[in-house]
Amino acid sequence: MFQNIGEMFLLFLRSVKALPLAWRQRKKVFEQLFEIGNASLLMVCVLSFFLGGVLALQTGPMLVERGLTNYVSGLVGNSLARELAPIMMSILIAGRIGSSMAAEIGSMRVYQEIDALRTMNIDPVHYLVMPRVIAIGIALPMLVTFSILVGWLGGAVVAAATAQIDIPFRSFFSTLHELVEVGDVAHGVFKSFCFALIIGTVSCHQGLVTRGGPRGIGRSVTKAVVNSIVLIVIFDYVLTRVLLD
Amino acid sequence: MNNATQQNSKGVSVQVRGLRRSFGGQEVLKGIDLEVRPGEIFVLMGPSGSGKSVLLKHVIGLETPDAGEILINGESILADGVMDKHRMALVFQSGALLNSLTVGENVGLYLSEHNLNTPEEIARIVSEKLEVVGLKGTEDKSPGDLSGGMKKRVAIARALVIEPQLILYDEPTSELDPVSAVVIGREIRDLNRRIGVTSLVVSHDRDLAFGIAHRIAVINEGNIIAIGAPDEIKRSHHPVIQNFLNADFNLE
Repeated sequence: MFQNIGEMFLLFLRSVKALPLAWRQRKKVFEQLFEIGNASLLMVCVLSFFLGGVLALQTGPMLVERGLTNYVSGLVGNSLARELAPIMMSILIAGRIGSSMAAEIGSMRVYQEIDALRTMNIDPVHYLVMPRVIAIGIALPMLVTFSILVGWLGGAVVAAATAQIDIPFRSFFSTLHELVEVGDVAHGVFKSFCFALIIGTVSCHQGLVTRGGPRGIGRSVTKAVVNSIVLIVIFDYVLTRVLLD
Repeated sequence: MNNATQQNSKGVSVQVRGLRRSFGGQEVLKGIDLEVRPGEIFVLMGPSGSGKSVLLKHVIGLETPDAGEILINGESILADGVMDKHRMALVFQSGALLNSLTVGENVGLYLSEHNLNTPEEIARIVSEKLEVVGLKGTEDKSPGDLSGGMKKRVAIARALVIEPQLILYDEPTSELDPVSAVVIGREIRDLNRRIGVTSLVVSHDRDLAFGIAHRIAVINEGNIIAIGAPDEIKRSHHPVIQNFLNADFNLE
Protein backbone atom coordinates (compact mmCIF):
# COMPACT_ATOMS: atom_id res chain seq x y z
CA MET A 1 0.00 0.00 0.00
CA PHE A 2 2.75 2.46 1.01
CA GLN A 3 4.64 1.60 -2.19
CA ASN A 4 1.51 2.46 -4.19
CA ILE A 5 1.09 5.77 -2.39
CA GLY A 6 4.76 6.57 -3.00
CA GLU A 7 4.47 5.69 -6.70
CA MET A 8 1.34 7.81 -7.06
CA PHE A 9 3.04 10.75 -5.38
CA LEU A 10 6.02 10.42 -7.72
CA LEU A 11 3.69 10.16 -10.73
CA PHE A 12 1.94 13.35 -9.61
CA LEU A 13 5.29 15.14 -9.24
CA ARG A 14 6.37 13.98 -12.70
CA SER A 15 3.08 15.27 -14.14
CA VAL A 16 3.62 18.64 -12.47
CA LYS A 17 7.19 18.71 -13.77
CA ALA A 18 5.83 18.05 -17.27
CA LEU A 19 3.48 21.07 -17.11
CA PRO A 20 5.72 23.27 -19.32
CA LEU A 21 4.97 20.78 -22.13
CA ALA A 22 1.21 21.22 -21.68
CA TRP A 23 0.83 23.58 -24.65
CA ARG A 24 2.29 20.98 -26.98
CA GLN A 25 -0.25 18.45 -25.67
CA ARG A 26 -3.17 20.92 -25.88
CA LYS A 27 -5.03 18.80 -28.43
CA LYS A 28 -5.10 15.87 -26.03
CA VAL A 29 -6.13 18.14 -23.14
CA PHE A 30 -9.09 19.44 -25.22
CA GLU A 31 -10.05 15.90 -26.23
CA GLN A 32 -10.09 14.84 -22.58
CA LEU A 33 -12.01 17.97 -21.56
CA PHE A 34 -14.65 17.18 -24.18
CA GLU A 35 -14.76 13.55 -23.05
CA ILE A 36 -15.24 14.51 -19.39
CA GLY A 37 -17.80 17.26 -20.09
CA ASN A 38 -19.73 15.30 -22.69
CA ALA A 39 -19.90 12.18 -20.55
CA SER A 40 -20.82 13.89 -17.31
CA LEU A 41 -22.81 17.08 -17.85
CA LEU A 42 -26.28 15.53 -18.04
CA MET A 43 -25.61 13.24 -15.08
CA VAL A 44 -24.24 16.16 -13.05
CA CYS A 45 -27.33 18.19 -13.91
CA VAL A 46 -29.86 15.52 -12.88
CA LEU A 47 -27.94 14.47 -9.76
CA SER A 48 -27.44 18.06 -8.54
CA PHE A 49 -31.04 19.12 -9.12
CA PHE A 50 -32.41 16.25 -7.06
CA LEU A 51 -29.66 16.59 -4.44
CA GLY A 52 -30.70 20.22 -3.84
CA GLY A 53 -34.35 19.21 -3.92
CA VAL A 54 -34.04 16.41 -1.37
CA LEU A 55 -31.93 18.60 0.91
CA ALA A 56 -34.71 21.23 0.91
CA LEU A 57 -37.32 18.53 1.45
CA GLN A 58 -35.48 16.96 4.42
CA THR A 59 -34.59 20.18 6.25
CA GLY A 60 -37.28 22.66 5.09
CA PRO A 61 -40.37 21.48 7.04
CA MET A 62 -38.35 21.10 10.26
CA LEU A 63 -36.86 24.61 10.05
CA VAL A 64 -40.16 26.22 8.98
CA GLU A 65 -41.96 24.54 11.90
CA ARG A 66 -39.46 26.16 14.31
CA GLY A 67 -39.77 29.57 12.68
CA LEU A 68 -36.41 29.38 10.92
CA THR A 69 -37.79 29.79 7.38
CA ASN A 70 -34.96 32.16 6.41
CA TYR A 71 -32.36 29.51 7.09
CA VAL A 72 -33.71 26.93 4.62
CA SER A 73 -31.94 28.49 1.63
CA GLY A 74 -28.80 29.14 3.70
CA LEU A 75 -28.62 25.52 4.77
CA VAL A 76 -29.28 24.16 1.29
CA GLY A 77 -26.89 26.68 -0.28
CA ASN A 78 -24.02 26.17 2.13
CA SER A 79 -24.29 22.38 2.33
CA LEU A 80 -24.21 22.13 -1.44
CA ALA A 81 -21.42 24.65 -1.96
CA ARG A 82 -19.06 23.53 0.77
CA GLU A 83 -19.62 19.80 0.92
CA LEU A 84 -22.23 17.93 -1.07
CA ALA A 85 -21.56 19.17 -4.58
CA PRO A 86 -17.74 18.72 -4.40
CA ILE A 87 -17.83 15.29 -2.83
CA MET A 88 -20.78 13.87 -4.77
CA MET A 89 -19.49 15.12 -8.13
CA SER A 90 -15.98 13.87 -7.37
CA ILE A 91 -17.33 10.41 -6.55
CA LEU A 92 -19.41 10.50 -9.74
CA ILE A 93 -16.39 11.54 -11.83
CA ALA A 94 -14.19 8.92 -10.13
CA GLY A 95 -16.70 6.28 -11.23
CA ARG A 96 -17.32 7.64 -14.70
CA ILE A 97 -14.01 9.19 -15.80
CA GLY A 98 -11.46 7.62 -13.41
CA SER A 99 -12.58 4.15 -14.46
CA SER A 100 -12.35 5.06 -18.13
CA MET A 101 -8.83 6.51 -17.67
CA ALA A 102 -7.63 3.39 -15.85
CA ALA A 103 -9.20 1.10 -18.47
CA GLU A 104 -7.76 3.01 -21.43
CA ILE A 105 -4.22 3.28 -20.05
CA GLY A 106 -4.43 -0.27 -18.65
CA SER A 107 -5.32 -1.73 -22.03
CA MET A 108 -2.52 0.30 -23.64
CA ARG A 109 -0.17 -1.23 -21.09
CA VAL A 110 -1.42 -4.79 -21.66
CA TYR A 111 -1.32 -4.49 -25.46
CA GLN A 112 2.24 -3.04 -25.39
CA GLU A 113 1.24 0.39 -26.71
CA ILE A 114 3.04 2.01 -23.77
CA ASP A 115 6.17 -0.03 -24.50
CA ALA A 116 5.89 1.18 -28.11
CA LEU A 117 5.82 4.79 -26.86
CA ARG A 118 8.93 4.15 -24.76
CA THR A 119 10.82 2.70 -27.71
CA MET A 120 10.06 5.95 -29.58
CA ASN A 121 11.45 7.93 -26.64
CA ILE A 122 7.97 9.30 -25.86
CA ASP A 123 7.43 9.57 -22.11
CA PRO A 124 4.03 8.03 -21.20
CA VAL A 125 3.72 10.58 -18.37
CA HIS A 126 3.99 13.47 -20.84
CA TYR A 127 1.84 11.80 -23.48
CA LEU A 128 -0.87 10.10 -21.39
CA VAL A 129 -0.88 11.20 -17.76
CA MET A 130 -0.23 14.95 -17.80
CA PRO A 131 -2.99 15.83 -20.34
CA ARG A 132 -5.52 13.78 -18.36
CA VAL A 133 -4.57 15.32 -15.00
CA ILE A 134 -4.79 18.84 -16.48
CA ALA A 135 -8.15 18.11 -18.15
CA ILE A 136 -9.75 16.68 -15.03
CA GLY A 137 -8.21 19.49 -12.94
CA ILE A 138 -10.03 22.02 -15.15
CA ALA A 139 -13.24 20.07 -15.75
CA LEU A 140 -14.14 18.92 -12.24
CA PRO A 141 -14.13 22.41 -10.59
CA MET A 142 -16.24 23.67 -13.53
CA LEU A 143 -18.68 20.78 -13.14
CA VAL A 144 -18.86 21.41 -9.38
CA THR A 145 -19.61 25.12 -9.93
CA PHE A 146 -22.36 24.10 -12.33
CA SER A 147 -23.58 21.46 -9.86
CA ILE A 148 -23.83 24.05 -7.04
CA LEU A 149 -25.96 26.34 -9.22
CA VAL A 150 -28.24 23.53 -10.41
CA GLY A 151 -28.51 22.18 -6.84
CA TRP A 152 -29.62 25.61 -5.59
CA LEU A 153 -32.19 25.69 -8.37
CA GLY A 154 -33.46 22.22 -7.35
CA GLY A 155 -33.70 23.36 -3.70
CA ALA A 156 -35.58 26.53 -4.70
CA VAL A 157 -38.07 24.62 -6.88
CA VAL A 158 -38.79 22.07 -4.14
CA ALA A 159 -39.03 24.79 -1.47
CA ALA A 160 -41.57 26.66 -3.58
CA ALA A 161 -43.56 23.60 -4.61
CA THR A 162 -43.78 21.89 -1.20
CA ALA A 163 -46.71 23.03 0.92
CA GLN A 164 -44.92 22.49 4.30
CA ILE A 165 -42.05 24.75 3.21
CA ASP A 166 -43.72 27.21 0.83
CA ILE A 167 -40.85 29.64 0.25
CA PRO A 168 -41.29 31.70 -2.93
CA PHE A 169 -38.64 31.28 -5.57
CA ARG A 170 -37.36 34.90 -5.38
CA SER A 171 -37.35 34.89 -1.60
CA PHE A 172 -35.30 31.65 -1.55
CA PHE A 173 -32.61 33.23 -3.73
CA SER A 174 -32.59 36.59 -1.92
CA THR A 175 -31.93 34.94 1.49
CA LEU A 176 -29.44 32.59 -0.18
CA HIS A 177 -27.62 35.67 -1.48
CA GLU A 178 -27.47 37.04 2.08
CA LEU A 179 -26.33 33.83 3.77
CA VAL A 180 -23.98 32.21 1.24
CA GLU A 181 -20.76 34.02 0.40
CA VAL A 182 -18.48 33.70 -2.59
CA GLY A 183 -15.93 32.19 -0.17
CA ASP A 184 -18.27 29.27 0.50
CA VAL A 185 -18.42 28.45 -3.20
CA ALA A 186 -14.65 28.94 -3.52
CA HIS A 187 -14.18 26.51 -0.60
CA GLY A 188 -16.06 23.77 -2.48
CA VAL A 189 -14.46 24.52 -5.83
CA PHE A 190 -10.96 24.41 -4.30
CA LYS A 191 -11.69 21.06 -2.67
CA SER A 192 -12.97 19.70 -5.99
CA PHE A 193 -9.73 20.79 -7.68
CA CYS A 194 -7.75 18.76 -5.11
CA PHE A 195 -10.09 15.77 -5.61
CA ALA A 196 -9.60 16.05 -9.38
CA LEU A 197 -5.83 15.72 -8.95
CA ILE A 198 -6.41 12.66 -6.77
CA ILE A 199 -8.74 11.00 -9.34
CA GLY A 200 -6.40 11.77 -12.27
CA THR A 201 -3.27 10.55 -10.52
CA VAL A 202 -4.79 7.43 -8.93
CA SER A 203 -6.55 6.34 -12.14
CA CYS A 204 -3.54 6.90 -14.41
CA HIS A 205 -1.27 5.13 -11.91
CA GLN A 206 -3.57 2.12 -11.78
CA GLY A 207 -3.61 2.05 -15.58
CA LEU A 208 0.19 2.18 -15.80
CA VAL A 209 0.72 -0.67 -13.32
CA THR A 210 -1.83 -2.98 -14.98
CA ARG A 211 -0.57 -6.56 -15.36
CA GLY A 212 -2.07 -9.53 -17.16
CA GLY A 213 -4.91 -9.53 -19.68
CA PRO A 214 -8.53 -8.35 -19.52
CA ARG A 215 -8.85 -9.54 -15.93
CA GLY A 216 -5.92 -7.30 -14.98
CA ILE A 217 -7.62 -4.35 -16.65
CA GLY A 218 -10.82 -5.07 -14.69
CA ARG A 219 -8.84 -5.19 -11.43
CA SER A 220 -7.14 -1.88 -12.22
CA VAL A 221 -10.46 -0.18 -12.97
CA THR A 222 -11.96 -1.37 -9.68
CA LYS A 223 -8.88 -0.31 -7.73
CA ALA A 224 -8.81 3.09 -9.45
CA VAL A 225 -12.40 3.86 -8.45
CA VAL A 226 -12.22 2.45 -4.90
CA ASN A 227 -8.84 4.05 -4.10
CA SER A 228 -9.96 7.39 -5.53
CA ILE A 229 -13.13 7.42 -3.41
CA VAL A 230 -11.28 6.42 -0.23
CA LEU A 231 -8.65 9.13 -0.77
CA ILE A 232 -11.33 11.73 -1.64
CA VAL A 233 -13.17 11.07 1.64
CA ILE A 234 -9.95 11.20 3.69
CA PHE A 235 -8.73 14.37 1.96
CA ASP A 236 -12.18 15.92 2.31
CA TYR A 237 -11.84 15.75 6.08
CA VAL A 238 -8.25 17.02 6.03
CA LEU A 239 -9.01 19.91 3.65
CA THR A 240 -12.18 20.91 5.49
CA ARG A 241 -10.26 20.95 8.75
CA VAL A 242 -7.47 23.06 7.27
CA LEU A 243 -9.84 25.46 5.48
CA LEU A 244 -12.03 25.91 8.57
CA ASP A 245 -9.00 26.62 10.76
CA MET B 1 16.43 5.96 -27.33
CA ASN B 2 16.55 7.80 -30.56
CA ASN B 3 18.55 10.74 -31.66
CA ALA B 4 16.41 13.66 -32.69
CA THR B 5 18.62 14.34 -35.69
CA GLN B 6 17.57 12.33 -38.71
CA GLN B 7 20.45 10.88 -40.65
CA ASN B 8 20.88 8.22 -43.27
CA SER B 9 20.80 4.87 -41.59
CA LYS B 10 23.95 2.86 -41.02
CA GLY B 11 23.86 -0.28 -38.97
CA VAL B 12 25.32 -0.57 -35.49
CA SER B 13 26.81 -3.59 -33.75
CA VAL B 14 25.18 -5.21 -30.72
CA GLN B 15 27.09 -7.22 -28.14
CA VAL B 16 25.37 -9.11 -25.35
CA ARG B 17 27.66 -10.29 -22.56
CA GLY B 18 26.71 -12.63 -19.74
CA LEU B 19 23.08 -11.47 -19.68
CA ARG B 20 21.03 -12.93 -16.85
CA ARG B 21 17.45 -12.24 -15.89
CA SER B 22 15.00 -13.90 -13.51
CA PHE B 23 11.28 -13.38 -13.03
CA GLY B 24 9.73 -14.53 -9.75
CA GLY B 25 12.70 -16.77 -8.92
CA GLN B 26 12.72 -18.43 -12.34
CA GLU B 27 15.83 -17.71 -14.39
CA VAL B 28 14.74 -16.90 -17.95
CA LEU B 29 18.12 -15.79 -19.35
CA LYS B 30 21.08 -17.77 -18.02
CA GLY B 31 24.14 -15.85 -19.16
CA ILE B 32 23.57 -15.00 -22.82
CA ASP B 33 26.59 -14.09 -24.97
CA LEU B 34 26.21 -13.06 -28.60
CA GLU B 35 27.32 -10.46 -31.10
CA VAL B 36 25.34 -8.95 -33.95
CA ARG B 37 27.56 -7.35 -36.61
CA PRO B 38 26.76 -3.99 -38.21
CA GLY B 39 24.35 -4.31 -41.13
CA GLU B 40 23.59 -8.01 -40.77
CA ILE B 41 20.29 -9.81 -40.36
CA PHE B 42 20.67 -11.88 -37.23
CA VAL B 43 17.86 -14.26 -36.37
CA LEU B 44 17.42 -15.51 -32.84
CA MET B 45 15.50 -18.74 -33.13
CA GLY B 46 14.12 -21.07 -30.54
CA PRO B 47 11.00 -22.68 -29.15
CA SER B 48 8.27 -20.67 -27.39
CA GLY B 49 9.20 -19.66 -23.86
CA SER B 50 12.94 -19.93 -24.45
CA GLY B 51 13.59 -16.26 -23.57
CA LYS B 52 13.83 -14.73 -27.08
CA SER B 53 11.43 -11.82 -26.57
CA VAL B 54 12.83 -11.07 -23.10
CA LEU B 55 16.29 -10.75 -24.65
CA LEU B 56 14.92 -8.36 -27.28
CA LYS B 57 13.32 -6.16 -24.62
CA HIS B 58 16.67 -5.94 -22.83
CA VAL B 59 18.41 -4.82 -26.02
CA ILE B 60 16.03 -1.88 -26.48
CA GLY B 61 16.06 -0.98 -22.79
CA LEU B 62 12.51 -2.00 -21.84
CA GLU B 63 13.92 -4.43 -19.26
CA THR B 64 16.92 -4.14 -16.96
CA PRO B 65 19.20 -7.17 -16.58
CA ASP B 66 20.06 -8.76 -13.23
CA ALA B 67 23.63 -9.27 -14.47
CA GLY B 68 25.63 -8.82 -17.66
CA GLU B 69 25.68 -5.99 -20.15
CA ILE B 70 24.57 -4.98 -23.62
CA LEU B 71 26.83 -2.86 -25.80
CA ILE B 72 25.80 -0.86 -28.84
CA ASN B 73 28.83 -0.02 -30.99
CA GLY B 74 30.98 -0.95 -27.99
CA GLU B 75 29.19 1.31 -25.47
CA SER B 76 26.99 0.00 -22.65
CA ILE B 77 23.32 0.92 -23.09
CA LEU B 78 23.23 1.80 -19.38
CA ALA B 79 25.83 4.56 -19.86
CA ASP B 80 24.50 8.12 -20.04
CA GLY B 81 23.32 9.19 -23.47
CA VAL B 82 24.07 5.93 -25.29
CA MET B 83 20.41 5.08 -25.95
CA ASP B 84 19.85 8.65 -27.22
CA LYS B 85 22.89 8.47 -29.46
CA HIS B 86 21.72 5.48 -31.52
CA ARG B 87 18.41 5.24 -33.35
CA MET B 88 16.66 1.97 -32.59
CA ALA B 89 13.20 0.66 -33.24
CA LEU B 90 11.25 -2.38 -32.12
CA VAL B 91 8.54 -3.96 -34.25
CA PHE B 92 6.29 -5.65 -31.72
CA GLN B 93 4.73 -9.06 -32.24
CA SER B 94 1.25 -7.53 -32.13
CA GLY B 95 2.32 -4.38 -33.97
CA ALA B 96 1.43 -2.38 -30.81
CA LEU B 97 -0.18 0.38 -32.87
CA LEU B 98 -1.98 3.00 -30.82
CA ASN B 99 -5.65 2.21 -31.36
CA SER B 100 -6.76 5.75 -30.58
CA LEU B 101 -4.78 7.09 -33.56
CA THR B 102 -5.15 6.59 -37.31
CA VAL B 103 -2.56 4.67 -39.32
CA GLY B 104 -1.00 7.95 -40.51
CA GLU B 105 -0.84 9.38 -36.98
CA ASN B 106 0.75 6.15 -35.73
CA VAL B 107 3.43 6.23 -38.40
CA GLY B 108 4.16 9.94 -37.88
CA LEU B 109 3.97 9.81 -34.08
CA TYR B 110 7.72 9.94 -33.50
CA LEU B 111 8.12 13.00 -35.71
CA SER B 112 5.09 14.87 -34.35
CA GLU B 113 5.81 14.18 -30.68
CA HIS B 114 9.43 15.29 -31.01
CA ASN B 115 8.47 18.31 -33.16
CA LEU B 116 10.96 17.29 -35.84
CA ASN B 117 9.00 18.36 -38.92
CA THR B 118 6.09 20.51 -40.01
CA PRO B 119 2.71 18.75 -40.37
CA GLU B 120 3.05 18.90 -44.19
CA GLU B 121 6.50 17.29 -44.09
CA ILE B 122 5.26 14.63 -41.66
CA ALA B 123 2.36 13.81 -44.01
CA ARG B 124 4.83 13.44 -46.89
CA ILE B 125 7.21 11.22 -44.89
CA VAL B 126 4.31 9.08 -43.61
CA SER B 127 3.02 8.56 -47.16
CA GLU B 128 6.55 7.70 -48.31
CA LYS B 129 7.11 5.11 -45.56
CA LEU B 130 3.68 3.55 -46.07
CA GLU B 131 4.50 3.21 -49.75
CA VAL B 132 7.72 1.38 -48.84
CA VAL B 133 5.67 -1.27 -47.00
CA GLY B 134 3.02 -1.39 -49.74
CA LEU B 135 0.28 0.40 -47.82
CA LYS B 136 0.04 3.76 -49.58
CA GLY B 137 -3.30 5.48 -49.08
CA THR B 138 -4.15 3.85 -45.75
CA GLU B 139 -3.27 6.95 -43.69
CA ASP B 140 -6.84 7.62 -42.55
CA LYS B 141 -7.71 4.07 -41.62
CA SER B 142 -7.99 2.95 -38.03
CA PRO B 143 -5.65 0.15 -36.83
CA GLY B 144 -8.79 -1.82 -36.01
CA ASP B 145 -9.66 -1.95 -39.72
CA LEU B 146 -6.35 -3.64 -40.66
CA SER B 147 -5.48 -7.33 -40.92
CA GLY B 148 -2.66 -8.81 -38.79
CA GLY B 149 -0.18 -8.61 -41.68
CA MET B 150 -1.10 -5.00 -42.47
CA LYS B 151 -0.68 -4.03 -38.81
CA LYS B 152 2.82 -5.49 -38.83
CA ARG B 153 3.68 -3.60 -42.00
CA VAL B 154 2.38 -0.36 -40.47
CA ALA B 155 4.55 -1.11 -37.42
CA ILE B 156 7.53 -1.50 -39.77
CA ALA B 157 6.65 1.83 -41.44
CA ARG B 158 6.50 3.43 -37.98
CA ALA B 159 9.95 2.02 -37.24
CA LEU B 160 11.30 3.30 -40.58
CA VAL B 161 10.29 6.89 -39.77
CA ILE B 162 12.94 6.86 -37.05
CA GLU B 163 15.53 5.98 -39.74
CA PRO B 164 16.90 3.36 -37.38
CA GLN B 165 20.41 1.97 -37.20
CA LEU B 166 19.02 -1.12 -35.47
CA ILE B 167 15.60 -2.69 -36.00
CA LEU B 168 14.42 -5.39 -33.63
CA TYR B 169 11.59 -7.62 -34.84
CA ASP B 170 9.62 -9.66 -32.32
CA GLU B 171 8.04 -12.68 -34.05
CA PRO B 172 7.33 -10.76 -37.27
CA THR B 173 5.53 -13.64 -39.01
CA SER B 174 3.53 -15.09 -36.13
CA GLU B 175 -0.24 -15.25 -36.75
CA LEU B 176 0.30 -14.63 -40.47
CA ASP B 177 -0.64 -16.78 -43.43
CA PRO B 178 2.34 -18.10 -45.48
CA VAL B 179 1.95 -15.45 -48.23
CA SER B 180 1.89 -12.55 -45.75
CA ALA B 181 4.84 -14.11 -43.92
CA VAL B 182 6.85 -14.11 -47.16
CA VAL B 183 5.91 -10.44 -47.77
CA ILE B 184 7.15 -9.49 -44.28
CA GLY B 185 10.33 -11.53 -44.78
CA ARG B 186 11.00 -9.70 -48.05
CA GLU B 187 10.43 -6.33 -46.33
CA ILE B 188 13.02 -7.18 -43.69
CA ARG B 189 15.57 -8.27 -46.29
CA ASP B 190 14.90 -5.31 -48.63
CA LEU B 191 15.23 -2.78 -45.81
CA ASN B 192 18.49 -4.34 -44.77
CA ARG B 193 19.83 -4.09 -48.33
CA ARG B 194 18.48 -0.60 -48.99
CA ILE B 195 19.50 1.25 -45.81
CA GLY B 196 22.09 -1.10 -44.31
CA VAL B 197 20.21 -1.32 -41.03
CA THR B 198 21.24 -3.98 -38.52
CA SER B 199 18.29 -6.33 -38.00
CA LEU B 200 17.81 -8.55 -34.97
CA VAL B 201 14.88 -10.86 -35.60
CA VAL B 202 13.33 -13.07 -32.95
CA SER B 203 11.30 -15.90 -34.42
CA HIS B 204 10.43 -19.56 -34.23
CA ASP B 205 9.56 -19.56 -37.94
CA ARG B 206 12.16 -21.85 -39.55
CA ASP B 207 11.35 -20.75 -43.11
CA LEU B 208 11.79 -17.08 -42.24
CA ALA B 209 15.04 -17.69 -40.37
CA PHE B 210 16.68 -19.70 -43.16
CA GLY B 211 15.24 -17.42 -45.83
CA ILE B 212 16.56 -14.05 -44.61
CA ALA B 213 19.29 -14.57 -42.00
CA HIS B 214 22.98 -13.90 -42.47
CA ARG B 215 23.54 -15.65 -39.15
CA ILE B 216 21.30 -17.54 -36.76
CA ALA B 217 21.53 -18.15 -33.02
CA VAL B 218 19.45 -20.87 -31.40
CA ILE B 219 18.29 -20.25 -27.85
CA ASN B 220 16.87 -22.92 -25.59
CA GLU B 221 15.84 -22.60 -21.93
CA GLY B 222 17.71 -19.32 -21.54
CA ASN B 223 20.99 -20.48 -23.11
CA ILE B 224 22.43 -19.95 -26.59
CA ILE B 225 23.17 -23.44 -27.87
CA ALA B 226 24.47 -22.59 -31.35
CA ILE B 227 25.47 -19.57 -33.46
CA GLY B 228 26.41 -19.65 -37.11
CA ALA B 229 25.45 -19.24 -40.75
CA PRO B 230 22.15 -20.89 -41.75
CA ASP B 231 23.99 -23.84 -43.35
CA GLU B 232 26.06 -24.40 -40.20
CA ILE B 233 22.91 -24.45 -38.06
CA LYS B 234 21.28 -26.93 -40.44
CA ARG B 235 24.32 -29.20 -40.13
CA SER B 236 24.38 -29.02 -36.33
CA HIS B 237 24.03 -32.37 -34.55
CA HIS B 238 22.71 -30.80 -31.34
CA PRO B 239 19.61 -32.86 -30.46
CA VAL B 240 17.52 -29.79 -29.52
CA ILE B 241 18.35 -28.11 -32.85
CA GLN B 242 17.67 -31.26 -34.82
CA ASN B 243 14.40 -31.73 -32.97
CA PHE B 244 13.44 -28.07 -33.60
CA LEU B 245 14.36 -28.15 -37.29
CA ASN B 246 12.83 -31.52 -38.09
CA ALA B 247 9.59 -31.36 -36.11
CA ASP B 248 6.62 -32.25 -38.31
CA PHE B 249 3.09 -33.62 -38.11
CA ASN B 250 4.08 -37.23 -38.72
CA LEU B 251 2.21 -38.77 -35.79
CA GLU B 252 2.73 -42.43 -36.69
